[in-house]
Amino acid sequence: MSKTPIRLTVNGLPHEVAVEPRRTLADALRDDCGLTGTHLGCEHGVCGACTVLLDGEAVRACLHFAVQADSRAIRTVEGLAAPDGTLNPLQRAFWENHGLQCGFCTPGFLMLATWMLEQPGPVDEARLRHVLSSNLCRCTGYQNILTAVRAAAQELGKWAETAPA
Amino acid sequence: MNWTGRRLPRTEDPALLRGEGAFTADLAAGARAVRFLRSPFAAGRILSITAPDLPPGALLVTGADLEGVGTIRPELFRFNYRAIAQPVLPRERVHFVGQPVAAVVAATPEEAEDIAEAILLEIEPEEPVVTIDDALRPGAPILHAEAPGNTVVDGTIRHPDCQAAFARADRIVEFSLRSGRQNATPMEARAGLAAYDRATGRIRLTASCQMPHMLRTGIATLLGMAEADLQVVAPDVGGGFGQKMALFPEYPLLVWLARRHRGSFCWIEDRNENLIASAHSREQRHHLRAAFAADGTLLGLEADILANTGAFSCYPTTCGVEPLMALAEYPGPYRLPTYAARARALATHTCPAAPYRGVSRPVVTFGLERLMDRAAAALGIDPVELRRRNLVTEFPHVTPTGLTLDQASYVEALDRAAEAADIPGFRARQAAARRDGRYLGLGLAVFNERTGYGTPAFAARGMGIVPGYEVVDIAMTPAGDVEVRIGASPHGQGLRTTLAQLAADRLGLDPSRIRVIHGDTDRTPYGWGSFASRGAVIAGGATQLAADKLATRLRRAAARLLQAEPEAVTLRDGAAWAGEASIPLTEIARRVHQRSEQLSDLDGFNLAETAQYDPGGTFSNACHVAEVEVDAETGHVRVLRFLVVEDAGRLLNPLIADGQVHGGVAQGIANALLEEVLYAADGNPLTGSLADYLPPSAAEIPLIEIIHMETESPETLTGAKGLGEGGAIGAPAAIANAISDALAPFGVDIAELPATPARIRALIRNAR
Ligand code: FES
Ligand code: FES
Repeated sequence: MSKTPIRLTVNGLPHEVAVEPRRTLADALRDDCGLTGTHLGCEHGVCGACTVLLDGEAVRACLHFAVQADSRAIRTVEGLAAPDGTLNPLQRAFWENHGLQCGFCTPGFLMLATWMLEQPGPVDEARLRHVLSSNLCRCTGYQNILTAVRAAAQELGKWAETAPA
Repeated sequence: MNWTGRRLPRTEDPALLRGEGAFTADLAAGARAVRFLRSPFAAGRILSITAPDLPPGALLVTGADLEGVGTIRPELFRFNYRAIAQPVLPRERVHFVGQPVAAVVAATPEEAEDIAEAILLEIEPEEPVVTIDDALRPGAPILHAEAPGNTVVDGTIRHPDCQAAFARADRIVEFSLRSGRQNATPMEARAGLAAYDRATGRIRLTASCQMPHMLRTGIATLLGMAEADLQVVAPDVGGGFGQKMALFPEYPLLVWLARRHRGSFCWIEDRNENLIASAHSREQRHHLRAAFAADGTLLGLEADILANTGAFSCYPTTCGVEPLMALAEYPGPYRLPTYAARARALATHTCPAAPYRGVSRPVVTFGLERLMDRAAAALGIDPVELRRRNLVTEFPHVTPTGLTLDQASYVEALDRAAEAADIPGFRARQAAARRDGRYLGLGLAVFNERTGYGTPAFAARGMGIVPGYEVVDIAMTPAGDVEVRIGASPHGQGLRTTLAQLAADRLGLDPSRIRVIHGDTDRTPYGWGSFASRGAVIAGGATQLAADKLATRLRRAAARLLQAEPEAVTLRDGAAWAGEASIPLTEIARRVHQRSEQLSDLDGFNLAETAQYDPGGTFSNACHVAEVEVDAETGHVRVLRFLVVEDAGRLLNPLIADGQVHGGVAQGIANALLEEVLYAADGNPLTGSLADYLPPSAAEIPLIEIIHMETESPETLTGAKGLGEGGAIGAPAAIANAISDALAPFGVDIAELPATPARIRALIRNAR
């Protein structure tokens, strides 16, 4: 099958790659750009392990074709920590609150939460649970993922206390 | 400084959080892609497999190519087990939809898929056996000639005085229950990468597995190759929950390819394959009959246990693992004077069964705890009180199946849970809600969890391969760091952290100086893995023993260097101390290795020790409480509150322990309400995507409250009891009891899980 040259900007760096039209964005990131932090848990849009930010929007990289991302800006889990490896506040909150066990779903949750915390306005408990219910985790029962994102939101001044339901 | 017992964040995490973890698929660059062609029929005869012209470099492998390759045929020497064999690739017949029939190799996964689609697989379908009833029907097709009546295991335990107990009973409670089939659904599906090393002729199999050493032995035996020529690596593994214990046919095929074609071959399972063709669990039916005295005393129990274990027997545990665990553990935490039970594993044309977190205990607890609630209603005794009257209170206690229950807190945990649940307050809210036409319910589940059991427990089952012990090699390097090599293979349980905490305390060293090495048969001693809630107990015990031996060596060396008695030397803060005098451990390590003329007469030239640990086992215990609201119109269940009183002995790292409970409970809630593998009557799976098979999201899982009790086990070295499975064991029963309580006005009894909205609506309709 013939390949189309495209240009992806991933975490600020340009990647010129040639892909078959049917290649997903997830496969292009993993196999053509060598960024294997974006995981594939289902390849049919349910689990969210492949969540990345495409021009600032959280998307399922398994449901996008790489060619759709041509000339657009993508952010992946590899772009979260400082170049020296220092974790950002969200990553640190996952670490301190045991928000991961096997770690397979973690990149997807980190990118989903990154998106949520970058939206205007504060996050409250209902919004937190609603947004994070987009992705699946099989290990944690979600409790410590919610705790971690709540802690990060508080640290970043993005948390709105609501009366407990 | 006491490191053990602290909520220490895990050393595993930073790499995973940066997206720098190495899961099998992340390591596949450069390997050729393997795609399995899978049977579209549940039963049938293979007539032909024809490939189109293959592009250069592509390969098609069928059963006919595997001359000399053995079959997967685990053994069990008891309970009328019939050894049945699974071919790596079949030559004559297919036995379930999804069974690998051929393998296609191409440069990329896309190309391999294209070729696989063009292959003509001619199969003459035969009549399938799909359900438990199908398998038992007289005249049903027989899957394996070795197993007449499709019965692969048929075990009984029968106490002679059981009938007399029923004759004496004031009340007999009798009912049947059913558990739907489940898939453990790790978020990373299976994956394997076999790479041939031309320089050494060795193969390295990197696989998303739970038991790398067992996999290595199994594959080497199947292929008739030297085990020394095979290295198995479990890199980062994205969850397993039991599913990844088994030796699946895909892995030996990958190694076969790598040997035959002297290259690298990679198979990354997709979600559909995982859902239909990896391993399923817990499709069971139980019939229970229990005798009670008028005061609520349980006098006797009869159980008939049937498990649909699919087309083949999983290696190494065999398909006996589900029915036989139910057979042995049905008495649970209760005093049961007499017991009679039969447990069978039935072969059907469905995906083979393998252990899944808790194995049969979620179903057993569902049965036992429904029994307690039903008996309480029948006898007019409060359900908490009925349990209290029957729970074991004196330890050690020997169950009617010969298991010894060690010190535990069955009644105390129940009382703590009942108090925390505020049952009187709940009853008031429940009554008020009912007046508004809303149905609230509260359900309890008390259970014990057999954990950390070693060789004797597995040997008692008559297994051909007896897992149990763990071996730990520990060594201090010349620079003073410590390497702990373990045969176990964690995949999310945080053992790298927990074991470093244990060793740190024994060596007086900061855990950051300790590296726990696992998941690589070249770098670790032979051992079993992480399953059956055993990591903290068995690998933990072996680590503690090994660290103690190393500490003794360090103290002896320090005594020489400090001119003190070894008994007077203590290890702390990275140094050995005798009174005010001290010497850094780094200095001792350097001298042992590099100035051996000073010390080698003591203990030789290194600081390496080995320890083995093989405990008899212990029982942790818990009480789960669920509060639900059932919408009587839609049948939808919302879990409002979930409380766990957990007693897993001494907690080595409470942060990690809580995480295990949360994850287990979430799986248990899903098993109770959402997840079920379904087959059509012709044996075609209906739940082939995550839109049909429904793991829960954060929207379905409530806040989980945990209260810990710490009854230290006298039976384990660390005082810890295992707890990896408990969450999944208690939750289904607690939810089933809560729904039954909520729908008591309709006379609804939950006897089948998952309690989906459709099932609940039907129950209400029929009750009306
Ligand atoms: S892999 Fe994309 S949603 Fe599951
Ligand atoms: S941590 Fe394992 S799937 Fe989320």
